[in-house]
Amino acid sequence: MLPQDRREFLKLSGMAGVAFASALFPGQPTSAQAADFHFIQFSDTHWGYKGPANPDAEHTLEKAVATVNALPNQPDFIVFTGDLTHTTDDAAERRARMRRFREIVSALRVKDVRFMPGEHDAALDKGEAYKEFFGAPYYTFDHKGVHFIALDNVSDPAAKLGDEQLTWLAADLKQRNAEDRIVVLTHRPLFDLMPSWDWTTADGAKAIELLMPYRNVVVFYGHIHQEHHQNTGHIAHHAAKSLIFALPAPGSQPKRAPLQYDAASPGQGLGVRDVAMAPTAKLTEIGVAGA
Amino acid sequence: MQRRVFLLAAAVTAASAAKLVQAGTNETPISAKKFEFHPAEVHLKLGQPAILVLTSEDRIHGFKVPDLGLRAEIVPGQETRLALTPDKAGRIVFLCDVFCGDGHEEMEGILIVEA
Repeated sequence: MLPQDRREFLKLSGMAGVAFASALFPGQPTSAQAADFHFIQFSDTHWGYKGPANPDAEHTLEKAVATVNALPNQPDFIVFTGDLTHTTDDAAERRARMRRFREIVSALRVKDVRFMPGEHDAALDKGEAYKEFFGAPYYTFDHKGVHFIALDNVSDPAAKLGDEQLTWLAADLKQRNAEDRIVVLTHRPLFDLMPSWDWTTADGAKAIELLMPYRNVVVFYGHIHQEHHQNTGHIAHHAAKSLIFALPAPGSQPKRAPLQYDAASPGQGLGVRDVAMAPTAKLTEIGVAGA
Repeated sequence: MQRRVFLLAAAVTAASAAKLVQAGTNETPISAKKFEFHPAEVHLKLGQPAILVLTSEDRIHGFKVPDLGLRAEIVPGQETRLALTPDKAGRIVFLCDVFCGDGHEEMEGILIVEA
């Protein structure tokens, strides 16, 4: 596994972000069959978190919604790759947080919004409350010729996809051609990014094995609260920033404790991502206005 | 009634596994509760067979030692015995890998293998 070439980063003018120019689909880098479109990835909003890593936690999500609503080129749809809410042992409070989260994001101008659980949402009750509010924890959808697969590697508290979901994934992939464009959405990394920090999926290698025969697969995930790009073979895995606090680079310090909040730069390390699905596909990291 | 679970580490050789059943193998109890292991620092001797005796005071926790390829679940009311023979000196992280609540991310400890 090799980190992707960082030289491919390009500064964008006019946007509070950095673009990662990447052939998202290595099998078809310049011959897109689908119409161009873009979507926004939100991740790790942790609604309900209270702590020193983000004293502005009550407002960060609303600011992110406003930032995306202000984009001149609105996305076709928006995905949330898990940890919508911060965990709590209190089942009633868990539901209250999900309800309030849903109210806040209902202000998004784009109404096609896809949710996924993180372990903070789903691991303590095996996804029971999550499903009440947001529906199935794993599913597929298609958009302009691209097949999207949302996987759930968090409802099992031991961070497994499980045999049932892997069987479902295998059956879905059997309906694809080797050249089809496939986007996989997960919360945790499917590969062993940093097992000693629990940045892995127990049986993620089985999912990657199922995906390997397909030449145009890209994975977007969250969980690690930072931008990160790594390949397993031809499959690129892109981690997103969070909207609550940043975590350290893998292995850069002894513990995976949140990076210290900087009052002079409160939004540092936070943001959303724009993913342009086109022959000149690129990822653009967008900071949160006012955060 | 307690159920005793033996998990033989992949790193344990056949010869050292045989030694494990002999009396005198070092046993180290480690208890788990939200969100800590006690003790969080465990000292082992290089090349000396050891058994970690894992128990939980509250709920199911995980016990994972990624660098040794070891993993077990710790179920309240049960004793999980994890055998290993350290073959390299140094500090080896262990952690809970069963999400257990707000604080789970800090639930970890370290095996210190001394030459």
